[in-house]
Amino acid sequence: MTTTPLLEAVDVVREYRSPRRSLRTPGQPIRALDGVSVQVHEGEAFGIVGESGSGKSTLSRILMALDQPTSGTAFYQGQRISGVPERRLGFLRRDVQMVLQDPMSSLNPRMRVADIIAEPMRALRLPGDHRARVAELMHSVGLPEEAVTRYPHQFSGGQRQRIAIARALAAGPKVIVGDEPVSALDVSVRAQILNLLTDLAEQFKLTLILVSHDLSVVRYLCDRIAVMNQGRIVETGDTESIYADPRHPYTQRLLSAVPTLSGDLLDRFNRSST
Amino acid sequence: MTSVADAPPDATADVVAAGPVKPRRRWNLTLVIGAGLVGLVVLTALVSFLWTPYDPTRVDPSQTLLSPGGDHWLGTDHFGRDIVSQLLVGARTTLFVGVVAVAIAAAVGVPLGLLAATGHRWLSEPVMRALDIVFAFPAILLAIILAAGFGASTLTGMIAIGVANVPVFGRLTRAGAMQVLQSDFVLAARSYGRRGVVLMVRYVLPNIAALLIVQASVSFAHAVLAEAALSYLGYGTPPPTPTWGRMLQEAQNYFVVQPMLAVWPGLAIALSVLGFNLMGDGLRDALDPRLRGR
Repeated sequence: MTTTPLLEAVDVVREYRSPRRSLRTPGQPIRALDGVSVQVHEGEAFGIVGESGSGKSTLSRILMALDQPTSGTAFYQGQRISGVPERRLGFLRRDVQMVLQDPMSSLNPRMRVADIIAEPMRALRLPGDHRARVAELMHSVGLPEEAVTRYPHQFSGGQRQRIAIARALAAGPKVIVGDEPVSALDVSVRAQILNLLTDLAEQFKLTLILVSHDLSVVRYLCDRIAVMNQGRIVETGDTESIYADPRHPYTQRLLSAVPTLSGDLLDRFNRSST
Repeated sequence: MTSVADAPPDATADVVAAGPVKPRRRWNLTLVIGAGLVGLVVLTALVSFLWTPYDPTRVDPSQTLLSPGGDHWLGTDHFGRDIVSQLLVGARTTLFVGVVAVAIAAAVGVPLGLLAATGHRWLSEPVMRALDIVFAFPAILLAIILAAGFGASTLTGMIAIGVANVPVFGRLTRAGAMQVLQSDFVLAARSYGRRGVVLMVRYVLPNIAALLIVQASVSFAHAVLAEAALSYLGYGTPPPTPTWGRMLQEAQNYFVVQPMLAVWPGLAIALSVLGFNLMGDGLRDALDPRLRGR
C-alpha cells in the first residue's frame, strides 16, 4: 500500500482550554490529541479504539474537518483539509459522512424522515430525483418506504439508526465515519446494525472508520485498528495480529479487560455441555 | 467468527412498522380556550368597524355615569359616552399595538440573537452588550422620550414597546440557538455542508420555535398592558380615540360614584392577556411533533 492514503492525519495536536476557575487563573490547556498521525486507506475498515477521554472522537472530528487541530494537519486524498475555509471543503463534505452514537439526538426532531434523508443531497446540490433516491435508501437500510412521512420520535432506536445510516449514504459518500454507532442501542439490535453497516460498505465500496470503546465491535468489523490512550496512538496494526499479539502494555490491559469465557469457567462450561 | 455473525443478514426484526399512525391531535383544550379568547378580541375589533351601539365619542351630558342596563348595556362614563361602544373600538388599538410591537421585537431581536449565537467573539459581545443597554432602559422612559420628540401617538407607543422587547427576544434566541448548535444533528448537518443562514433557518429556528412562540404570547400580553399604561399616563394614543388603558385611567376619578366603569376595561385587558398566554402555551404543544402523540 504505497498509494496516497484516503484520509491522513499528520502530527495532530488538539488542545482545549478548561473553563477558568477564577478571574485571576486562566483555564488550563488540556491535550485531547497529542501528536497523532494516522493513515486510512481506501476500501478498508479502520477502527479507532480506546477508553472514553482517549481522544478518539476528537480525532474523527478532525479527520472530517469538523474540528480544527491546534497544530498538525489532516489530509483527504492528499489535499489539506485543516484550516481550510468551509466553502472550499465541498469535496470532503460530499465524500465523507458520519453516523453518530445517539440517533435520537443526531436526527432533527422537527423534520420528517423524507427531509432528513434528502438533506445531504439538497445541501450539496446534487442533481437527480431526491424522492426516488430517498425511497431507494429506505429500502437499502430495510425500512418501509411509507415511513418517510413520519418524524424520528415515531421510530425505535434501531430504526432511527437505520435512518441515520440512510442519510449518511444519501450523498453517495466514499467514507463513512461511525462514532460509536451501536453503543446507544439495545444489545439485541446491535448485531443487525453492524451487519447492515458491513453489508452496505461492501455494496457501495465504502471506506469505514469506526470509533468505539467496544473491542468486540471493532474486532468484528475492522481490518486495521489504532489503539488510543490519553491522546496518543499507542499501537496500530492489523486487527487480528493486535488481538493475537498485543505489543503495547496498554493494549494488553485493554484486551485482558474484555470479558471472555476462559479458564475455570470455560472448563465448567465444556464439561456441562458434553 | 463470533456469535455476532449469526444474526439474520437483512435484519428486519425491529423494522416491523409501529402500526398505523394515530391521527394527530393538533388541538388541545388550552389552545381552544386561548384561541377562543383571542378570537373574541379580534371579533370585537372587527365588529367595531361595522357597528357600534352608539358613536363611541358622542358626549351626552344628560346621560353621565349611568349604571349597566337600560339603553346603555354597560352604562356610560363621565361624559355620557357609551361603554360598550368604547370597548369595541378600544379592542382595535389593543390588537394593533400588540401585533406591531411584538412583530418589531421579534423581527429585530431574533436575527440579532442568532448572530450572537454564532460564536464570533467580535460579533457576539457587542450585540449582547447593546441588548443589555436597551434592556436596562425602562419601556415607559423610552416611550416618554419618543413622545417628547415625536408627539404622543399610537405609533410612538408601538415603537417604544417593540424596541423595549427586542432584548427579550434577542437573549432568548441566543440562549436557545447556542443549545441547538451544540446538538448532534447540527454536527451531522455540518458534515454534509449545511452552514450559515440555511443552517439557522432549517435546523435552529424550528427547534427554538416553541420558545419564541411562548415568548411572543407573553410579550403580546405585556404589550397590551404597556399600551394601557402608556395611554393611562397620556403617552400613548391621544384622546378622543378610545383605548382600554385610558378608559381605566379615566374611571379612577369616578371610582366611588360608578365603580363599574373600571371593571369593564380591566376585565377586557385581563381576558385578552389571559387569552394570549393560553394560546401561546397551546400553540407550543400543538407545534411540537413529539407531543402530537406517537
